Amino acid sequence: MIKLTRKLSPGFAIVLFVIAGLFTGPLAAQSLNVDIVGGLKTATPIVVVPFAQQGGTPLPTDVADVMRNDFNRSGKFRSLAKSDIVESPSKGSEIKFATWRLLKQDYIVVGNIKETGNGMVQVEYELWDVNKQQSLLHQAMPPVPVGDLRSVAHQIADIIYQKITGVRGAFWTRIAYITAVGVGNNTTYSLIVADSDGYNPQVVARSKESLLSPRWSPDGKKIAYVSFESGNSAIYVQNITTGSRQLVEAHAKGINGAPAWSPDGTKLAVALSYVGNLELFVLDLATHKETRLTHNLAIDTEPVWAPDGKSIYFTSDRSGQPQIYQIPATGGTAQRISFQGQNNADAAVSYDGKQIAMVQGNGNVYRIAIMDKSLGNQVRFISPGPLDGSPSFAPNASMLLYSATEGRREVLYAVSDDGLVRQRLVLADGDVREPSWGPYRQN
Amino acid sequence: MNKTVRVALVALLCVGAAACTKKEVKSPPPPPAPEAPVAQTPPPVSNGKYTPADLDTDACLRQRVVYFDFNKTEIKPEFQQIIACHAKYLQDRPTARIRLEGNTDERGTREYNLGLGERRGDAVSSALQAAGGSASQISVISYGKEKPVCREHNEACWSKNRRVDIVYTAQ
Repeated sequence: MIKLTRKLSPGFAIVLFVIAGLFTGPLAAQSLNVDIVGGLKTATPIVVVPFAQQGGTPLPTDVADVMRNDFNRSGKFRSLAKSDIVESPSKGSEIKFATWRLLKQDYIVVGNIKETGNGMVQVEYELWDVNKQQSLLHQAMPPVPVGDLRSVAHQIADIIYQKITGVRGAFWTRIAYITAVGVGNNTTYSLIVADSDGYNPQVVARSKESLLSPRWSPDGKKIAYVSFESGNSAIYVQNITTGSRQLVEAHAKGINGAPAWSPDGTKLAVALSYVGNLELFVLDLATHKETRLTHNLAIDTEPVWAPDGKSIYFTSDRSGQPQIYQIPATGGTAQRISFQGQNNADAAVSYDGKQIAMVQGNGNVYRIAIMDKSLGNQVRFISPGPLDGSPSFAPNASMLLYSATEGRREVLYAVSDDGLVRQRLVLADGDVREPSWGPYRQN
Repeated sequence: MNKTVRVALVALLCVGAAACTKKEVKSPPPPPAPEAPVAQTPPPVSNGKYTPADLDTDACLRQRVVYFDFNKTEIKPEFQQIIACHAKYLQDRPTARIRLEGNTDERGTREYNLGLGERRGDAVSSALQAAGGSASQISVISYGKEKPVCREHNEACWSKNRRVDIVYTAQ
């Protein structure tokens, strides 16, 4: 923790503070303030030159700026500050490589935006290797409405990220989280969906009672979550495009909680206590058939599927303290897999199944720990605590979201998988919690 | 009012007051050593049955919160008397219904704490039934850490959130 704090010292910290006051309609949610703490000397230097605009009215989005923030947040890149960008080439033939070599940049991105009529714009960009003076990418993106420029910027950042790192980018993705605004009985809870950088927040559901545990369906079209709006906990599945909602678990007695989608999207693992004790079940969404997985006097909850769909990780206190266990998805014997720390809970699994993130508690300090199966189950911490929770992997596992408590409020952090670069997402008024990173977008 | 009841009430109020004011205390405030005689005292009203009016006036019945130690679901001896008088009320008033609302402090994950809050509610439910209440009169709901009564990050506050609220839904 001390080491982490030192590395994040303001010395070379990149601090961006963006206040987005976007209230675009009844469904617009309160925006998150975004700032980035940290920065890495080992990160790859890249310059994203402001994109030239060919005529027309000023655009609402600085495409290069969106890309720079994406790159910085990833921890893999360090993009040159806009104020240090001394020349403004907009195509490869205009780049003076000596200038950017002097500024110690490895890669340069240039581009331009042109209006194609009817409020549509088209972005064309090029990626060049500064040292080799070699063109790596040159592409014109499909025309889009002006309002979708942020999406285009994220998509270009993804392509560049993949070209340089070999890993698919996950900037053009969405996140879901819960906000709580107000005090006591006047608290309003909202389930929000936003872009991966916190922009474009939209309310999916709103309640005067607690909402928790949002989870994206694998196709990114639905979110399962728990709501206390009926008095007791109940599990809903909501289509985020149409808003239509289905009540899937609402036993009158006990907890209906902790939904987790199977990788094929046909089932939900859930935690139910109508049987007298909190146990894991698998609910088939087509037949509504429940299959009980655990039989135990302990608390069994927080299921999450392994990517192959064959097993389920979950939290159980059958050994006394909460720990992470793994059980076949069809039932059977559970194996304990977490052994470091006093207690571990709320597992999240990376897309390849190699990394398991969890909340590890030691004394009164709760931090996000990642157990790496490819490194002999070595455990590393990626958050400083003291009350961190709800880890969620980006679909490429290069970053995670988690919740933290700062003073009297809850905030979200996006953190690089090495824990060295963190971006804070703060609600102007109220708490933000329970983040869930959505899958790659199809559209 | 029975004298021992009054002593117990005073002792409980002191717990609350200590928990409210000693924010600087790092280590868990020791739960007040309940005077042995209090814990062993039989239910307060030994002759005559409770009436709904007693819910507002009886010193024991007015106590509607059972507090717990960290990560624990055992009912501490000092709360046995509260359990006993509410159990007697349930016995005296078969149409009475109560909802036990289980809660936890902020440490630990939300879904796990839902489980922990339910366990606490179940513990109070079992104790009420052991003392004469009927299962059909009691329901349990867990809010986990969703409904804290105190929002500071210290033991004084946490100790107030680790609780089961006894709510009468029918008197």
